[in-house]
Amino acid sequence: MSPREGDDGDGTPGGVGVVLVSHSAPVAESVAALAVQLAGGTASVAIRAAGGTADGRVGTSSELITQAARAVDAGAGVVLLADLGSAVLTVKALLEDDELPGGARLVDAPFVEGAVAAVVTASTGADVEAVASAASDAYAYRKT
Amino acid sequence: MNASAPASGATDPVVDAAYARRWLALATAAVEREADRLTELDSAIGDADHGTNLRRGFTAASAAVEKDPPGTPGGVLALVGRQLIGSVGGASGPLYGTLLRGAGKHLGDAETASPEELCGALRAGLEGVARLGGAAAGDKTMLDALFPAVDAMAFSLDSGAGLVAALGAARIAADEGAAATVPMLARKGRASYLGERSVGHQDPGATSSALLVTALAEAAEGGTA
Repeated sequence: MSPREGDDGDGTPGGVGVVLVSHSAPVAESVAALAVQLAGGTASVAIRAAGGTADGRVGTSSELITQAARAVDAGAGVVLLADLGSAVLTVKALLEDDELPGGARLVDAPFVEGAVAAVVTASTGADVEAVASAASDAYAYRKT
Repeated sequence: MNASAPASGATDPVVDAAYARRWLALATAAVEREADRLTELDSAIGDADHGTNLRRGFTAASAAVEKDPPGTPGGVLALVGRQLIGSVGGASGPLYGTLLRGAGKHLGDAETASPEELCGALRAGLEGVARLGGAAAGDKTMLDALFPAVDAMAFSLDSGAGLVAALGAARIAADEGAAATVPMLARKGRASYLGERSVGHQDPGATSSALLVTALAEAAEGGTA
């Protein structure tokens, strides 16, 4: 469903889109800003934050997630990262019901590190497979 | 447990759109009535929003069904499920949403369902929830009320009971299942971070599940005229 091949999304044609789903709008937005900065401030990556509920509470909004995924969908796939409980479950439920763009997928990745890895990789023009595995691989970086 | 329950008879209502709407009205009222208790249970081991989240979800679902009432029981359940996913904002939204949407889809476009078909639809929805959340029996989740309820309903129907008796058995099993979560150690969701400290509290999701099963039973009893 909803195969939006690049129409009125704001992603680079052919580029992989990234959606950050957090319980908190400021968390999602800040992590998006951080990832873009660490990727060299590139404007070429379509990234959207979907944080909190539509009425500004802490929680998850299926509507914000769907809007964000459609906005970044340029036909090359959309990678979604989620933080906790309902963020993860809502993305999964939307995927199961085909309510997200065709190439959308939830990636098992740490939220901040995964977002940075995904955006850096997407900025190189990599395909969705490479972007998703870069995000998951962020788990491999040990801190102690 | 209800092998001697009365056989299916004239007192059993038809599972149709009206039955599904009676269930929704009773469920919404129960969630409204018990919202504070659910939130209190959730404040012990969760993030203290289960009652308010479910109240918001069921209020939205009732309004949507009122505005554009589906003509089939499956249509009502699927619409309620979609509304819960869209309006709750917490984990109970996608979980109950997946349960009801899955059950609704399983019933399809049929105008009525047999008790066995309703039971099969609930089980299909429940399996979707188990897949989505990755929880198993004994993890201190809603599944600990819902799996025993559907098992009791199926057993009861197999033993020749009708809808009212089978849902009566399901209701008892759900209540017992919710109570049985008290000594369990939470293995899913925010409560799982608490480890041993989650022991000794009844799971809020299992508690709300028992309310929803009770509403299924009451909707059947209330439709016997």
